Amino acid sequence: MSWLVVAPVALPLAAAAIAFAASGRVALQRAVSTVASGALLVLSVLLLVEVSRSGVQVMQGGGWQAPFGVSLVADHLSAIMVAVGAAMAFAVAIYALRDIDPHRESLGYHPLFQVLLAGINGAFLTGDLFNLYVWFEVLLIASFVLLTLGNRRDQLEGGLKYVATNLVSSMLLLAAIGLTYGATGTLNMADLAGALREVPPELATALAMLFLIAFGIKAAVFPLFFWLPASYHTPPVSVSAIFAAMLTKVGVYALIRAFTLLFAHDVAYTHQVLLWIAGFTMVTGVLGAAAQNEFRKILSFHIVSQIGYMIMGLALATPLALAGAIYFVIHNIVAKGNLFLVSGLAQRVGGSFELAKLGGLYRHTPLLGVLFLIPAFSLGGFPPLSGFWAKLLVVLAGIEAQSYWIVAIALAVGLLTIYSMTKIWQAAFWSPLPEGRTLGPRPPWAMVAPVVGLAVLTLVLGIWIAPFFALMEAAATELLDPTVYVGAVLGDAAAAALEAVR
Amino acid sequence: MEVLVAVTVGVVFGSGLYLVMQRNMLRFVFGLILISGAVNVSIFVAGRLMRGAPPLVGGDVQVPAEPVANALPQALILTAIVIGFGLTAFTLVLLLRTYERLGTVRTDEMVARLREPRPVGGREVASAGEAAPPPEAAGADERVDGTARDGDGDRS
Amino acid sequence: MNSLILRTATSLLLAVLLLFSIFLLLRGHDLPGGGFIGGLVGAAAIALYALAFDAPRAERLLRASPRIVFGVGLCAAVAAGLAGGLASLDFLTGLWWIFDLGPFEVKLSTVLLFDVGVYLVVVGTILTMLFALEER
Repeated sequence: MSWLVVAPVALPLAAAAIAFAASGRVALQRAVSTVASGALLVLSVLLLVEVSRSGVQVMQGGGWQAPFGVSLVADHLSAIMVAVGAAMAFAVAIYALRDIDPHRESLGYHPLFQVLLAGINGAFLTGDLFNLYVWFEVLLIASFVLLTLGNRRDQLEGGLKYVATNLVSSMLLLAAIGLTYGATGTLNMADLAGALREVPPELATALAMLFLIAFGIKAAVFPLFFWLPASYHTPPVSVSAIFAAMLTKVGVYALIRAFTLLFAHDVAYTHQVLLWIAGFTMVTGVLGAAAQNEFRKILSFHIVSQIGYMIMGLALATPLALAGAIYFVIHNIVAKGNLFLVSGLAQRVGGSFELAKLGGLYRHTPLLGVLFLIPAFSLGGFPPLSGFWAKLLVVLAGIEAQSYWIVAIALAVGLLTIYSMTKIWQAAFWSPLPEGRTLGPRPPWAMVAPVVGLAVLTLVLGIWIAPFFALMEAAATELLDPTVYVGAVLGDAAAAALEAVR
Repeated sequence: MEVLVAVTVGVVFGSGLYLVMQRNMLRFVFGLILISGAVNVSIFVAGRLMRGAPPLVGGDVQVPAEPVANALPQALILTAIVIGFGLTAFTLVLLLRTYERLGTVRTDEMVARLREPRPVGGREVASAGEAAPPPEAAGADERVDGTARDGDGDRS
Repeated sequence: MNSLILRTATSLLLAVLLLFSIFLLLRGHDLPGGGFIGGLVGAAAIALYALAFDAPRAERLLRASPRIVFGVGLCAAVAAGLAGGLASLDFLTGLWWIFDLGPFEVKLSTVLLFDVGVYLVVVGTILTMLFALEER
């Protein structure tokens, strides 16, 4: 039992509670939100250290033993996701202090941001399928309000699409959970790992596909991603940055969890489906991005294409591929979130998100150009940045598994990603300013600092890769051997029983 | 009995899906309500049906004497109903706001309305040729209006 | 809504409904009832008041913005969850203190605190939504 497992959920929830109770006192809310995000980062790094030192950490809610209670479980994957998410959240919390207008602050931006963090971390840490649904709903309702806060017309239109699609996905998830309960009589994920191997394989596959659709909508995979580019460019930059960095990744996390711990009974079929989805997701995302001419819309379509790489790693399901997928997730959280923050700085200086209206940013603020290039090159896959290693790992895993067609797609999509990034660089930073447009003052340091921090993190992830790769490998090994997870939650007897069935 | 309920769930779910696929967002919300009802009943059936034995034990007994109904699906459904209630209420408020700002509940018309001139004072101005700022959607000239007060995060 | 009958009835009913909601809240641990249903009844009472008179007056009756009610409730619930940690037990574990006062036995617990939190959260949420709709 370790309270560190509860901290990433309880801390933002407590911060949200205090900030809600302080409605009307914006200064206090800002302080609470910033301090809580900083403390969250410290505690989640401590949790990661604890997990890598002494293995899977478990907390049984209310003292009820699994599988009867709700367990919170932190294995390597969960702890890594929580820690990287906390880093991103801290950067966004600082950036938001200058980015969010007083009106949105008075409507409750800060408490809602904390509720969102609680939901994200709850989804990463829970060991119960129904509880996963509940945390998904917590993060969804917070994201709904954050997305539409301010009631601008395009926000409402984009928000309605986002809300509608995600509600359908939630209903499918709930139906899938209900049917799983009907088939197995349990909802504890560790317990399900064994129980799902005893139901007829056809039924298990049908359930797996239902979960694939439900989580797939949240992860924005092909052909279920249309809500994402329709809505992510409408809210304030801080909101789109945290959404872009974290929300789809919660879906990817759920997919990874479901297709390693729960549904590993018919890998030949389910993971083949995943591989096809990965290919289509990569291609459609990157082609969509090539057709766009708005800073944030290009980035939104690239989220979709990069989800494809993560799913590819999951579909190949070798230790190397999974390590690559997890590395890709954390690289993408940092780089993509940072690019969104940079787009906000560019808009502040240049007055628009439209590439046609931007220009001359590099000459005006050279630092801004450098800060764009680091995450953009990382996304494009230039060595020695994090994106290079992420792509290298999944591509190597693809070659190892002899799935050459997906490797070819991944490489081609990589080239197109570079094309999009150069397009932004060319139009917004390098080319001269269009006639009749003026540039504003340089962005304030309080907004540049978090961007610098994340850029440094991208560099560190790329250059000092060995310790990170060791962590990813440990996570992948744990995922491919569910007995570790099951043993930690249910005890050694259950783990031995599972070992016998496998 | 289970078969009958299962068929009912299928019919309600199907009707919900039909409504969800409409362009009219109000119908979409009604479809969602139907689906959520169907899903809740399906969870109930998943816990197996049993008549007349509430899952309550007396004060001094630890284990009920005869088999009782499964309490877990009821707890799950209660949670799902509460969440569904919150989400539906939020969606309706959002739809109402959208209707006020865009003047339509049809998704295809919403996109068209966004390209039209901006409304003045919350009302739609239909006259063409107005000094319309470019639809630089999330651009620098962002206009925040003070009517947002949608439901906060709700859990219970 | 401008109806004398509704107004007169509401001013009588309001106290009864609020009292009933608290009765439901306190009854909740072993018997049907609890924070959620109590909160619904409480919110319904204030919603009725808002219908009979108007929303600003109902907000004044509440004495605080419903968001603050929501926040205080969430604080109470989280505190109840964390209290288990002080006794080095798991998250959300209930702690009980039973006082024997002669004829009565008073049971206080973190479970009750949690229920009070749920009550306030429900009242806060529903009234936030209601006032947002009424405001136009």
